[in-house]
This record gives sequence, C-alpha cells and structure tokens, in this order.
Amino acid sequence: MAEQHTIHVDIVSAEGEIFSGDAAMVFAPASEGEIGVAPRHAPLLSLLKPGEVRVQTPDGEQHFFFVGGGAIEVQPSRVTVLADTALRAKDIDEAAALAAKQRAEEALRDRADHITQAEALAELARAAAQLKIIERLRKVRS
Amino acid sequence: MPGTKEIRSKIASVKNTQKITKAMQMVATSKMRRAQERMRLARPYAQKMRNVIGHLTEANPDYRHPFLQPREEVKSVGIIVVATDRGLAGALNANVFKQTLYLMREWQGKGVSVSLCLIGSKGLAFFRRLNVPILASVSHLGDRPHVKDLIGTAKVMLDAYREGQLDRLFLVNAQFINTMTQKPVAEQLLPIQSIDTEGLQERWDYIYEPEAARILDGLLMRYIESQVYRAAVENVASEMAARMVAMKAASDNAGKLINELQLIYNKARQAAITKELSEIVGGAAAV
Repeated sequence: MAEQHTIHVDIVSAEGEIFSGDAAMVFAPASEGEIGVAPRHAPLLSLLKPGEVRVQTPDGEQHFFFVGGGAIEVQPSRVTVLADTALRAKDIDEAAALAAKQRAEEALRDRADHITQAEALAELARAAAQLKIIERLRKVRS
Repeated sequence: MPGTKEIRSKIASVKNTQKITKAMQMVATSKMRRAQERMRLARPYAQKMRNVIGHLTEANPDYRHPFLQPREEVKSVGIIVVATDRGLAGALNANVFKQTLYLMREWQGKGVSVSLCLIGSKGLAFFRRLNVPILASVSHLGDRPHVKDLIGTAKVMLDAYREGQLDRLFLVNAQFINTMTQKPVAEQLLPIQSIDTEGLQERWDYIYEPEAARILDGLLMRYIESQVYRAAVENVASEMAARMVAMKAASDNAGKLINELQLIYNKARQAAITKELSEIVGGAAAV
C-alpha cells in the first residue's frame, strides 16, 4: 500500500490556500514544542506557535512555510494546517482592539463637531435670509 | 434657443464625464473578478474550520463554550455592519443600511439595546447620526482587506460577548449573488448556530495539545474572524459589481444625453444658417 507511506497535507489560511500535496513527513511548531507528523499518526489537534512548517515530500524535497500561528489537525491520512496570516499575540490583539475602539470614539466625537458645524451653517443661512428681506424692504420704502 | 457654442461645450463636458464613468466601469470589472477569486480562496479555510469545530464539540459534549451556548435572556445585541469606503456604487450601501435598521428596530421593539461595529467609512458616516453606541470601527481597508486589519474590530465584539455585554452578535453585509444582484443579508454570528456534525459518526477523539478547551477557544475565535473577513471580501466583490452596473448605466445615459444635445446643436446650427440665408435674400430683394 503505497498510500500509507505518504500523508496528504493541506496548509490553508483565511486568505487562501498555501500548500496542498503529499508528504513523507511534516514538522510543525506546536504550542507545546515542535512536532513531527509521519503517515498514520494518531489523530491530534494542537495550536501552533509562530514559526516554520516544514513539509518533506516523498522524493526528498523540503518545503518551508512561515505561519504566524494557527492550528494543526492530524488524521491518519491527512494533515491540515490552519495558518494565521497575521502574527498573533495577546498584546498585539489587545492593541488592535483598542485602536478599533478609539476609532469608533473619535468618529462619535467628530459627530458633535459636525452637529455644531451644521447648526452654524443653518444659523448663517437664516441670517442671510433675514438680511435679504431687510434689503428688499429697504428698496420698497425708498 | 441657446447658442451653438454653449451646446458644443456642454457636449464636450458630457463626453468627458462619459469617459470617466467608462473607465470606472472597466476598473470595477477587473477588481470584481479579483475579489471573487479571493472569495473563493477563503472558502476552504472556513470549511476545514467548521469540520474541526464540529468534531470537537461532538467529541466533548460536557464542555460548553460560551460561543456555542445560546443565552436564554437577550438584553443587548451587537451588529457588525460591513459597508464600502467609497460611493458611486448604486444602492448597495443604502440596502445594507436598510437591512441593518430593520434588524435594529426589530430588536429595539423588544426592548433590547443595540450596539454597532462598523466596517467601512460609509457605514460610519451613516450610523453616527443615529443615537446608537458604536463599539468599534475600521475603515479604508482598500480593495484587498486583510485578516489582520479586522482582528481588533472583531475582538472588541467578541470580548463584549464574552463579558456578557452582548447576548447576540449579527453580521450584515451585501451578499454577492451575481454581477447584477447583490442582496443585503443579516446572519447570526454568535452564538454559533450551524456547526454541522453530520458525517462525523465515528466516535474517535483527538489527542489534544494543550487541553481541548483552549484549542476550541482559539479555533472559535479564528472562525468568527474568518467569517468577518469573508464578509469584508464579499462586500468588496459586491461593491465592484454594483459600481460596474451603476457606471454602465451612467455611461449609457451620458451617451443618450450626447445624442440629444447633438440633435439640438444641429437644429440650432441649421436655424442659424436659414436665418442668415433669409437675411441675405431679404437684403438682395430690398436692393
């Protein structure tokens, strides 16, 4: 059974497929330490650290892929790497969340400015209209 | 009758406008194709994710993650609205906003408070006039949104859900059906409803590294993020399709306008010639 000497590898990210093919061995930076996956490995599910996924093809070639983290799912005949496209860390995520919040707050603060601006414009229009009426009245009288 | 010179300059200006709309139409067409391609590329990730999560939840029935657990009482809901950054895309944004307002009214009618998360500057411009809390926003993602630009925005909503500030989370975006049709859709993101566990009858379990709960947490978070990413990409495809159609209509209308103006111009010119001729004839007769 030639099939059992290789394992099918899919490396996918949210933005696209990175690699798909057969391998003799796959190495991945699991969160508890690097793991090597050979064909007929027991089912395993693990998170990945940022690092390098190494795929050894049956003809001895090596492919390297950088992953920013993610997860790996191993089944006896196939390995799926769900790769992050972005570097993830708790504080980086936290900072991104904070930035998103700030943007929303700023937008809301701008709203106040816009309202005052709109009010000022309305006031100006009203004043201009009054002036026009006064002018017209003056013309009629003279 | 306006002078021939004015009509001529008017025709020239309409022609210029037509050139611009034609160019925009062509740009939108090529960008739409690329966005569709990215939509297709995002699919396997979400599919694999769903499989793994489905399996995980099936294998660990005793562990209930908050993202999968429906809450009895709904006091507040969050809505992520995906809109475009730029206009000139027909009624696309208007339809998305209408759908959002409809959803908001529906919940507000039940006495549930609504907070928003806005992706795209058009959404921000529209919703900040309403008196609704906006928890997070991101805009100017460009034609190629990246997951990393959406993580923060999604995290704000996920954290709010986790802390109990939100009991439901919805996502509204323009679904790309085909070039002519884009439909605004609202779907529930949290709690996750449809993790299909069909075809997973075999009762085998994974080796977990670290424990299952942490993996599930990491996966669910990424799954939601990928959903938001998909919505953003799909919205770009919809935007480009809508713009393409809108610009086609604009170019056609400009063409019609030019024809009409050309007719008026010809008539005016002919009238001027006739007038001149009759003046000459009249003058000759007088002599």
